[in-house]
Amino acid sequence: MWTDFKRIARSGFVGFWRNAFVSLSAIFVMTVTLFVVVGTMLVDQLLGASLANIKDKVDINVYFVPTAEQTDIEALQNSLEALPGVAEVKFTSRDAALIEFRERHQNDELTLQALDELGENPLGASLAVRANETSQYASINQFLLEQQEQEDPQNPIIDRVNFSRNEAAIEKLSSIIGAVERTGLITMLVLVVAAVVITFNTIRLAIYTTREEISVMRLVGASNMFIRGPFMVQGVMYGVIAGVIAILILYPLLVWLGPATATFFQFNIFSYFVSNFAYIFMVVIGTGVALGLISSILAVSRYLRV
Amino acid sequence: MIYFENVSKRYSGGESGALENVTFQVEPKEFVSIVGHSGAGKTTLLKMLIAEDKPSEGRVFFESLDIHQIPKGKLPMFRRKIGTVFQDFKLLPHMTAFENVAFAMEANGRSDIEIEENVPQALELVDLGEKTWNFPGELSGGEKQRVAIARAIVNQPDIIIADEPTGNLDPIATYEVVQILKKINDLGTTVIMTTHNKGVIDELGRRVITMDEGRVVRDDKEGKYVL
Repeated sequence: MWTDFKRIARSGFVGFWRNAFVSLSAIFVMTVTLFVVVGTMLVDQLLGASLANIKDKVDINVYFVPTAEQTDIEALQNSLEALPGVAEVKFTSRDAALIEFRERHQNDELTLQALDELGENPLGASLAVRANETSQYASINQFLLEQQEQEDPQNPIIDRVNFSRNEAAIEKLSSIIGAVERTGLITMLVLVVAAVVITFNTIRLAIYTTREEISVMRLVGASNMFIRGPFMVQGVMYGVIAGVIAILILYPLLVWLGPATATFFQFNIFSYFVSNFAYIFMVVIGTGVALGLISSILAVSRYLRV
Repeated sequence: MIYFENVSKRYSGGESGALENVTFQVEPKEFVSIVGHSGAGKTTLLKMLIAEDKPSEGRVFFESLDIHQIPKGKLPMFRRKIGTVFQDFKLLPHMTAFENVAFAMEANGRSDIEIEENVPQALELVDLGEKTWNFPGELSGGEKQRVAIARAIVNQPDIIIADEPTGNLDPIATYEVVQILKKINDLGTTVIMTTHNKGVIDELGRRVITMDEGRVVRDDKEGKYVL
């Protein structure tokens, strides 16, 4: 068994070298295909990460009037936390708000002077509400507006509710991701078909150039696997080599793109590639091997009657 | 050992080599020559023996086995019982004599140790011990045919089928090849050979089956070449 495997592998290698120039075309188109496969995978990650990033920035802020009582605020905080879908309610006190304000305007002398002129803290406390899902913000917002309506108009505690709507951005990004996935999938399909057809023809040519050997093999009673095996080995070799080349091209490209994606998308594509290298490597090589094997099995069963 | 039972073969295009109701049998350790004009059906007969071609009617048996009922997956195992030699040698040009013979053993899944032992023996048997490492291009026609015979016998088949083995050879090489086939037969292997060569047949003095237009017209125990 092992001896057979060794012999099949060896004759696969020999066949690969004997048709080196033809093998190159199969490897080339397979490299392009695998490159698109891994490219789509990475762009998907990149867009997914920025979507998560934007979703993370969505929240509802409830600003209280400066005179609002701490107990009233706490009561509202408790009822908010009891709402389904609320992930977190963060309280910012009046003092903290002032410190934050000063920090934000530390280069704006005029504003700071105006603040000093007032003599007292004009800012109210606030609550920042975060939901589990972006879709849940609408109901939280509704709840807060109802609370505001029920207040005594003479003595309100809620100053305003600010729902920072990033829905439009989220929807746009989601549709971009969808479009990228679809385009990637179509490109991938076209290239996969091209890769299979070209590899199929390469193997067919390899079968043609070794037809004499095949006829001798049949005469001496070589098993079907012994005759077909070497061509499958060749197909697998195209896939593995193409996969390695695709990754070798990708590496410097990502080194170069990494910092740019980090600033633009807050997601360093290169660090993602490095930390998930084993997974990406397996996907690329696995796809290559599958493509090569499928095309060679097709060619062998079509052109190698044994 | 081999039985042809009312075997007929018709080609739709009316090509030559058709067979008409052929019946004969071959006993173990026999040396049978099949003679006849081109297109008489000699090669078709041999092709049926190695299951390369199917009869339109009738059956071909190897011992109790109907050759054309063998499932595709089992054909290689069956073909290992038969060694084949052809007029055009069918040697692989990029392999040495040793490698050509070893190739047949490799394809049969034999171990490297067996190959190291048996290939030199087979080449020795066909008097090519000296040319083990020569490529086919460096060998004469007779020597090439002897490599082909070594390849055919190396797996110790029950039968050797030789289709015009001397067709491309000069008289001396022809003599050598026939002597080797005789030697193999004397060692106990059945040999079935097709030929055009009157001298070979007359010199052999073994069984001769004469074919004409797809029929067996003569079958002589110690025959001569009569056409």
